[in-house]
Amino acid sequence: MNGASNTVLLRGHRLTRRWGGLVAVNEVDLELHRGEVHAVIGTNGAGKSTLINLLSGQFSPSSGRVELLDQDVSLWPQPRRARAGLGRSYQRNTIFGEFSGMENCRLSAQAAQQRPWRWWQSVTSQPDLMAIARNVAQRAGLADCIDRPAGLLSHGQKRQLEIAMCLATRPKVLLLDEPLAGMGAEETERMLVLLGDLKSDHAILLVEHDMDAVFRIADRITVMVNGSVIASGNPTEIRDNELVQSAYLGGH
Amino acid sequence: MKTQIAVLVGAFLLLAAWPWIGSSYGMDLVNKIMIYALLALSLEVLVGGTGLICFGQAAFFGIGAYAAVKFTPSTGEAPSLLVALPISIGLAGLYALAVGALSLRTQGVYFIMVTLAFAQMAYYVVHDTPLGGGTDGIYLYAKPALGSWLDLDKPLAIYGFTLASLTAVFVLLAIMRRGQFGRALDGIRVNELRMRATGFSTYPYKLAAFTLSGAIAGWAGFLFAVKDGFVNPELLSWHLSGTVLIMIILGGMGHLRGAVMGAFAFTLLEELFRSEAVFGSLSKHWHLGLGLFIILSVALLPKGLAGLPRQIRERLAGKLLGTHHIPADDAVRPQENT
Repeated sequence: MNGASNTVLLRGHRLTRRWGGLVAVNEVDLELHRGEVHAVIGTNGAGKSTLINLLSGQFSPSSGRVELLDQDVSLWPQPRRARAGLGRSYQRNTIFGEFSGMENCRLSAQAAQQRPWRWWQSVTSQPDLMAIARNVAQRAGLADCIDRPAGLLSHGQKRQLEIAMCLATRPKVLLLDEPLAGMGAEETERMLVLLGDLKSDHAILLVEHDMDAVFRIADRITVMVNGSVIASGNPTEIRDNELVQSAYLGGH
Repeated sequence: MKTQIAVLVGAFLLLAAWPWIGSSYGMDLVNKIMIYALLALSLEVLVGGTGLICFGQAAFFGIGAYAAVKFTPSTGEAPSLLVALPISIGLAGLYALAVGALSLRTQGVYFIMVTLAFAQMAYYVVHDTPLGGGTDGIYLYAKPALGSWLDLDKPLAIYGFTLASLTAVFVLLAIMRRGQFGRALDGIRVNELRMRATGFSTYPYKLAAFTLSGAIAGWAGFLFAVKDGFVNPELLSWHLSGTVLIMIILGGMGHLRGAVMGAFAFTLLEELFRSEAVFGSLSKHWHLGLGLFIILSVALLPKGLAGLPRQIRERLAGKLLGTHHIPADDAVRPQENT
């Protein structure tokens, strides 16, 4: 394919996951390049979230391989992959509801710089982590509500917080599971600007149902049906693909 | 925050002055309560601090107590406190490390049952083998001392040393909660899935917390054995594990002070319901009274005694505004609570 291989930050090679007789993800090949948003679209149950779980290490694949920064990480547990630069967000909000927005971000920043043996040192006296937390909250547009308990934020703000927490770990690859779900027009707009901004120094995988957003921001689109990839290419190719038209896009 | 610290310091000063205020019976009672408070603190590290419900805390307590007795030379010579105490803490911590390494691979109700099973194992080892001296238990030949400076055979000395231990552990745990390790444990309690996705290998964190908890429980067990000069298998029984759980629930989980308040409240209530002077012949059925009282208080004080001041404040605020109070931040716990 195009692009020098050193810009491929994450690669899934013939990834397969079976649940009993059901093949949730079937021999999926996928490459994420730095500077690109790679969207994965498909109907509900097509295996998109399972694919993210395989790439991030939450599940292990039945067969196939995951390479992060040209390293085979298939056998690495999820925390180790995360520390190596793989950030992910969840489809349903999985923030720390009873912590403040700031603490959500700070704790995420801590994940990349763990010093638990210095147990006596108060986290508020670790300015590097506080600075990162403040910075990512601001980037995600949360500067005003950072001190409120995360559980009390609006739905859109929680989605933004998910992204901020991802960024706090300083990842190289972002796997975003429906970051726009349930967002209003204004919030969607802000999120798309942020993603466009992040794209320059990250490789981004975007699972999303909002087709207008996908076709606006994606550089590459992969279409999944029943666990298999039926098409992959740039937005124009996907739009013109007859198979995709009949299987998923309809009149789009 | 400042008033909280002031109240805490006041409470600890009152405990320090108690031997000169109370009777010798009162002093012995408070000494016992402070040991339970230390044990409750050890469990709070797991339950309120990490979200791990351990139903075998008595095993670590009992191992600390038995170690104090077993490692005392039968010559009647007083062992050094600097050797005896670390042995108790170390052995209890080591057992916790082994139990934790296995049980932390399970979750939820399975974790509760596995910790109970390991505690029962320890109970029967002590109960049914010559090692533990059977149901009758064993006496302590000589109480540890620190040169001629501190002789734990004296009631005032063991009282003072217990208070010092409780204060030290309380302060260290309060400091720990504000640091990276404590915050990571808190994160595991709230959302372990997210912690792992963010890059925390949660297993070593939980194992460290479990070992620390067992070691502190062993410390409490050591004090118990030295105070009474006697150990028996009941120190390892599941009744005690359950009692400590009730203490921290009664006091309010998620607060260190809750564990201490719960230990005081539970033990004093037990004394009250057992008192013939107050309840007459009903005092024979003190379990009933105590049980009903605990059910009531859990229903009325969902956040325990430690959450009572806030509950009252919010109730009053609701009255003043003429509206029913809406617990807007019901799921929310302030960050700085000790």
